[in-house]
Amino acid sequence: MQQFRYIRAHNVEHAATLLLQHDGRARILAGGTDLIVALRERRLETELVIDIKGIPEVSELSFDPVEGLRIGSSVPCHRIYNDATIVAKYPGLIDAASLIGGIQIQGRASLGGNLCNASPAADSIPALIVHGAICDIALPQTRRRVPVEAFCTAPGKTVLERGEFLASLHLPPPPPGFGAAYLRFIPRNEMDIAVVGVGASVQLDESRQRITAARIALGAVAPTPLFVQEAGDALIGAEPGDEAFARAAAIAQAAARPISDMRGTAEHRRHLVGVLTRRALAIAVERARK
Amino acid sequence: MKSRVIVSTTINGEPTEFLCEPRQSLLEVLRDVLGLTGAKEGCNNGNCGACNVLMDGVLVNSCLVLGVEAESHRIETVEGLAVNGKLHPLQQKFLEHAALQCGICTPGFLLSAKALLDHNPDPSEAEVRHWLAGNLCRCTGYDKIVRAVLDAADSA
Repeated sequence: MQQFRYIRAHNVEHAATLLLQHDGRARILAGGTDLIVALRERRLETELVIDIKGIPEVSELSFDPVEGLRIGSSVPCHRIYNDATIVAKYPGLIDAASLIGGIQIQGRASLGGNLCNASPAADSIPALIVHGAICDIALPQTRRRVPVEAFCTAPGKTVLERGEFLASLHLPPPPPGFGAAYLRFIPRNEMDIAVVGVGASVQLDESRQRITAARIALGAVAPTPLFVQEAGDALIGAEPGDEAFARAAAIAQAAARPISDMRGTAEHRRHLVGVLTRRALAIAVERARK
Repeated sequence: MKSRVIVSTTINGEPTEFLCEPRQSLLEVLRDVLGLTGAKEGCNNGNCGACNVLMDGVLVNSCLVLGVEAESHRIETVEGLAVNGKLHPLQQKFLEHAALQCGICTPGFLLSAKALLDHNPDPSEAEVRHWLAGNLCRCTGYDKIVRAVLDAADSA
């Protein structure tokens, strides 16, 4: 592998300062499951690797009923799906964290890294979007917040600017009557990249018979993960069921801009968006009623 | 530029210090610096599981961990499974079921299976197959491996 220096950052300011000083010649290391491969294969060059796992905020995983869920950007998937509170309250996120790579990848890979890699097919991103996640982005002196749906700008590209890195993700606390799900289509059972991924969340009213809010997000059908606000909005006031789900699914299909590649044709992908949107909505509603 | 770093860690219960370059993976350190050649290099990109080790009890691909990241962590490799010359129950069951042919993937499978049984002592066949999906074997067709793991769980 290419030569580089390695520094373990003590705090957010330290990491951001190093990043700024080595403008464009430093890389942030969280779980390393993408970075180390890219460095080895020389798809990336770097002089410095900044390990952020020792920063308390960046490795924090905490839930507060008022504040919601805070996921440090280096928290590996296995910590997320082994946390009973998160399993109960953020089911869409659990769906995604449980199917990224195999068990040994989940032992290291973080949702923050999945997001920063900005793959159009990243499993965690539609799930984060439907849970309303916000990115907490650090600079040496300041912070800024960006909703996950606005974070990716192109394949492999994000809104992160010079000296900035993703410190944590913040998800609002789900009210009673909230449910979410993430589904993906792959041609086998495990260890594959999504042909299409769909996240859906619903908020039901007190009777649990009407939808008061919904969010739908798509993966692998556009240059970035796609938040389809109009598909969720079409469900406001609707009774959960096949008719309403089909209406939202048709809007999601129209919003998708898939390409044909080795994983599937554009036509197949558009079909899958419809099927997975209906199914993800049905699961989200079922979970919201529990 | 080519500076080496001292790393203090615990490997198979033994406090261990080593010198490595930041660019060396934990797999390279285990094999080339420490002479622990149990973990194997298959794909070197996280797909095959032949290099699997436990880091603080968590299953990881050692090819996707930098040696310097092992600082202050606890590493377990296949060399630590047998105690005082007595095979670990999983190793014994792999032998009994002939759950290996060429043997390259075996250390990785043993560590994955150990992590599974530590986490879930009584897995179903589906759970075993799901958990082992990140380990590739080109010889056995997996069935004997799955049976060996289930038998080890039953015998525990």
